[in-house]
Amino acid sequence: MKPAPFAYFAPHNLDEALDLLAQHGYDGKVLAGGQSLIPTMNFRLAQPAALVDINRVAELAFLDEDAGGGLRIGALTRQRTLERSAAVASRAPLLHATMPYIAHVQIRNRGTLGGSLAHADPAAELPAVMVALGARFRLQSRRGARWVAAADFYIGLFTTALQEDELIAEIEIPAMPARAGWSIQEIARRHGDYAIVGVAAVVELDPAGLCRAARLIYFSVGEGPTAAPSAAAVLLGQPADDGVIAAAARAAAQQDIDPLGDIHATPAYRRHLVEVLGRRALQEAFGRAVQA
Amino acid sequence: MQVIDLYTIRLTVNGVAVERSIEPRMLLSDFLRHELNLTGTHVGCEHGSCGACTILMDGAAVRACIMFAVQADGHALTTVEGLSADPDKLHPLQAAFRETHALQCGYCTPGFLMTLVPFLEENPQPDEAAIRDVLSGNICRCTGYQNIVDAVLLAARK
Repeated sequence: MKPAPFAYFAPHNLDEALDLLAQHGYDGKVLAGGQSLIPTMNFRLAQPAALVDINRVAELAFLDEDAGGGLRIGALTRQRTLERSAAVASRAPLLHATMPYIAHVQIRNRGTLGGSLAHADPAAELPAVMVALGARFRLQSRRGARWVAAADFYIGLFTTALQEDELIAEIEIPAMPARAGWSIQEIARRHGDYAIVGVAAVVELDPAGLCRAARLIYFSVGEGPTAAPSAAAVLLGQPADDGVIAAAARAAAQQDIDPLGDIHATPAYRRHLVEVLGRRALQEAFGRAVQA
Repeated sequence: MQVIDLYTIRLTVNGVAVERSIEPRMLLSDFLRHELNLTGTHVGCEHGSCGACTILMDGAAVRACIMFAVQADGHALTTVEGLSADPDKLHPLQAAFRETHALQCGYCTPGFLMTLVPFLEENPQPDEAAIRDVLSGNICRCTGYQNIVDAVLLAARK
């Protein structure tokens, strides 16, 4: 099927892009990689009156290592660039390990980090990974800039904190703390398909080897990235042995996550995966933390 | 009646400079097929799932059905027609496809070829797992993939 007609704008810098977004408001839509937007337009599920194509806004495509050991990534950075970046591999290994799960190489050649984060598909990996990493996003409009934590950015199904005149300009990923570990786990029908259930984990140990912090962020189980606070409460202050990890994963499945069913999986199967993947993620993350 | 603005784009397709005025909503796959008559780029699902429309943009495999033609302005594209300079001679990967019977109906073949050409440039000696991984973005309903994997292994050996 073919998209409905729209007015097309291809600004050459961020100021022009923000002017256009301010001008077109609700009827305007940012076109970045287009790997989710254009299929939606082909199906005419979306019929934006105006597209602001930011692909020529070179100032949104950057990947910098900051002095504190973290990363600053421009929203227009292609997913394939992240996948191949040595800086991402060393400073944000969870993000590096996540990239092959995201669709296929043809999609990652076009798809952008900011586009996936702003699209907020509940089955997408990147939003959950950003919450697990404690990242924050710089939202830019003609009114100015504001920083929003990834955990506060996701409000509901395909719904974010972005106002209609704003776009994500930059993603800031903090340095991994000392004695921290991570894991990404996902079950999909085939490689590259949307996850039936997935989870990103980041854990931290104190000098005594007890759990100091744990973030277990699921995807494809609700309206957006879904935290598991009960699981984290089971872990805090405890040695990360198999019994504690099993109890935490059980808490995630029984208290934190209430998955829906669809043609891919029943709620009971998803709940089962929440526990199994949670356990695997915690075992791998704590294993890495011990060696960090 | 809505007035539709046309956009003039200039790009290179298979080494040839091209200029056309088009509606911004025209998909790149339709541009190649209907404006340039390069019908080797096939359209399967038209929502980025099947990989039949895969082409190269600036050397990287992309899906032409989920890009607008206006976005190709200033870029260099390669379609399956551009794989071999001589129309009577197959590209080595095409020859390997023929030799191992890696196609039956052939509808998906251009997309497979355009996915695999940059892959083989980056991975001249891939193992089967890497081949199956890169093939995950292309759907073939005839072959069961085994002969496609064989074709890639054969092309890599040559």
